[in-house]
Amino acid sequence: MSSVLDSKIPSGPVADKWSKHKRDSKLINPKNKRKYTVIVVGSGLAGSSAAASLSELGYKVKCFCFQDSPRRAHSIAAQGGINGAKNYQNDGDSVHRLFYDTVKGGDFRAREANVHRLAEVSVNIIDQCVAQGVPFAREYGGALANRSFGGAQVSRTFYARGQTGQQLLLGAYSALNKEISGGGVQMYSRCEMVELVIVNGHAKGIITRDLVTGKIEAHAADCVLLCTGGYGNVFYLSTNAMGCNVTSTWRAHKKGAFFANPCYTQIHPTCIPVSGDYQSKLTLMSESLRNDGRVWAPKKQGDNRPPSQIPEDERDYYLERKYPSFGNLAPRDISSRAAKEACDEGRGVGPGGRGVYLDFEESIKQFGQKTIAERYGNLFDMYERITGENAYQQPMRIYPAVHYTMGGLWVDYNLMSNLPGLHVLGEANFSDHGSNRLGASALMQGLADGYFVIPTTIANYLVGEKPGSVTTANPEFAKALEDVSARTKRFLNIKGKRTVESFHRELGLLVWDKCGMARSREGLTEALKKIPELREEFWNNVTVPGSGEALNQELEKAGRVADFLEFAELLCQDALDREESCGGHFRVEHQFEDGEARRNDEKFAYVAAWEYTGDLARPNLHKEELKFEEVHLAVRSYK
Amino acid sequence: MSLLNLHLKVWRQTSANAAGRFQDIEAKEIPDHASFLEMMDIVNQRLIEKGEEPIAFDHDCREGICGSCSMVINGRPHGPEKSTTTCQLHMRKFRTGDTIFVEPFRAKSFPVVRDLVVDRGAFDRIQRAGGFVTVRTGSAIDANALPIGKETADAAMDAAECIGCGACVAACKNASAMLFVSAKAGQLNLLPQGKPEKTRRTLGMVRAMDAEGFGNCTNQYECEAACPKEISVDWISKLNRDFIWSAVTEKEVSTGGGGE
Repeated sequence: MSSVLDSKIPSGPVADKWSKHKRDSKLINPKNKRKYTVIVVGSGLAGSSAAASLSELGYKVKCFCFQDSPRRAHSIAAQGGINGAKNYQNDGDSVHRLFYDTVKGGDFRAREANVHRLAEVSVNIIDQCVAQGVPFAREYGGALANRSFGGAQVSRTFYARGQTGQQLLLGAYSALNKEISGGGVQMYSRCEMVELVIVNGHAKGIITRDLVTGKIEAHAADCVLLCTGGYGNVFYLSTNAMGCNVTSTWRAHKKGAFFANPCYTQIHPTCIPVSGDYQSKLTLMSESLRNDGRVWAPKKQGDNRPPSQIPEDERDYYLERKYPSFGNLAPRDISSRAAKEACDEGRGVGPGGRGVYLDFEESIKQFGQKTIAERYGNLFDMYERITGENAYQQPMRIYPAVHYTMGGLWVDYNLMSNLPGLHVLGEANFSDHGSNRLGASALMQGLADGYFVIPTTIANYLVGEKPGSVTTANPEFAKALEDVSARTKRFLNIKGKRTVESFHRELGLLVWDKCGMARSREGLTEALKKIPELREEFWNNVTVPGSGEALNQELEKAGRVADFLEFAELLCQDALDREESCGGHFRVEHQFEDGEARRNDEKFAYVAAWEYTGDLARPNLHKEELKFEEVHLAVRSYK
Repeated sequence: MSLLNLHLKVWRQTSANAAGRFQDIEAKEIPDHASFLEMMDIVNQRLIEKGEEPIAFDHDCREGICGSCSMVINGRPHGPEKSTTTCQLHMRKFRTGDTIFVEPFRAKSFPVVRDLVVDRGAFDRIQRAGGFVTVRTGSAIDANALPIGKETADAAMDAAECIGCGACVAACKNASAMLFVSAKAGQLNLLPQGKPEKTRRTLGMVRAMDAEGFGNCTNQYECEAACPKEISVDWISKLNRDFIWSAVTEKEVSTGGGGE
């Protein structure tokens, strides 16, 4: 076991760890807080909530986003909801149950201590958001409403129609605006982080590119927070926004930050299927639809009758059949694999046979179309706009798509990476979801990290730092600026034959094929051969038109795709190294006879934290052993 | 699936101060299942392959929620489909042989950055002038301690659906931002959490809107027709009422120590 990784998990029973840690954490007096500058990269749920909360405490904050407004970060697209262990429904929920469900849902590959903290602060998040004016759904009596989500048997999900992420982000954005207007936060929009600056082994600043003017600039601070989301776009097609990228975390990785569990990627079961090779992204249909929709495929292979003409006894409601206790609300990894299985058996529907039905007929009969429209109207509308089909009259066609990434930069209990000063929040870190994330937990984690964890833990690092001790006059900044300028010039000077997009698509197809829903030693080995070849071709044959001194969207993409071309290799290496199946990581060599994932707790109950060695083909593996003291390691069953 | 051949007339402008012009582009063999932005992607790939600069346009989530897209299509912000953002508009709504004009949102307060990209920073600045509830992280009461009737919560949500795209401004002959500002202020002014700062918020946001150079509302309601989220112009009447009330009571509030 490597001694490099110190997770700094407090001692004592899991339920007391966070209280104890808060008690033991360092404090900085209000007058001194003003002397510290904190850089926050990203303005989604984690970034906005952290920037606002740290500014409230008195820290000087500089916040950066590549979008034209912090409100457009991709958290905005989250649909279904946010979990909170409030037990307002009196259905037996508790902090412990949310903790338990999340550890089990993550297929026993998350850190118990982090997950418990997440469940504890979940209740404060709901309070905070309501106080900001987030219009959650309510009952007639004025109390908050809840719905159920996958992997849970209680109703603990708070929601705002099908736009919960939007409303939570607008809440965090309003808090951020309050602090910008008060002068505590300096906001940089259309400004992308392109390099991390390390001074004496500590993260002390970043290099950015102003996307409008092309100006490359250095920013120094006392510490850096990366809140830059996941790397799902390595697959090219995903439910992520077009701009989502791995650049900030990958740049940090190449400067020494360990990348943990990159192979834990989430494939969401209910997305609109691919319709053609022009497709630029995939659209999620919220998991909440599975509350009222039934998933099925025809029993017969190649049955291409319209769904209405397939009689009841020729339909296979496979989730209800295989997982009777959770039924259509089986967790995402399990539901996705089940859909793939049905299609692999030749029972898929729609173009190319890659689709299954999500059917609302029964719910519409039971509750009426009006009620269903009230619950999911915007999703039905969106479905119709994209497919031209009316889901009130015929079932939706769905297929799994890449949605979220559980892996990310390794962090300790303080959310600090192995690089002192570099903190990582939200989807960008690895810590809370193990190998599979449950629905309505991403919003919870982003806001937990930003509103409640980092404001406490950041002082544990800063208290040992003299504020303002590093400025951009430090030679490390000049060197980083030079590196970035040289890289920009290199992109522009290749003047090859292929577009950035064509490389991204090719990489995405390869990674989806070999490192998607089912992975094998053979396939991964092949991908590991092809990725470096594609990367080599990219650096010799890509074409990036325009100049570096103006808005140049191709140049932006080139930088992101270049990083994906490197990151993809680590993703496949991790997937190859993990000789077990767990959560979103399914190795065909490791399954039970019924096709369920077979974990190997004896050998693989650890976090794989990869160190960059200068040679992409040979990263160095560090292991953080996972100890389960509260939840017993067991085969995860939803039957 | 069928393929469409289209004549595009796309606005090209290299920077805010440069003169712009329409470029004629033949967009051939566009799949009718593609979205409008996917059609633009195809066109851009072909331009790059020909050694030309692609058309710059803002886009991100491509599922109608981030509010990035900012195109005027055939004279209408977000194009011909009701309550649909550009990214959700699909090519099956067009016919082969169609001529399609593609322009940026046009308003003095949204200067063009490049091609179809505009600067909507004014919207952020308006919200910084009061579009929030002043509540510190950690100081909130239990979420159910403040009951809010379903009708009120639903109405607040109707306003909160605004995606901040700016189509309302682009559709208005006066380039008024009243629909946006009224939805943003209206959500919080309606809810009990927002009541203590109602005066401050209303005056702050309206004054910031005026300072940004947006025009006046003359009740033509193009904004509501263009809004991809169907925000109602009723919010504008509410804002007008709140503004008058706030302007009248401003002095009392500030001297009475209740509002600051």
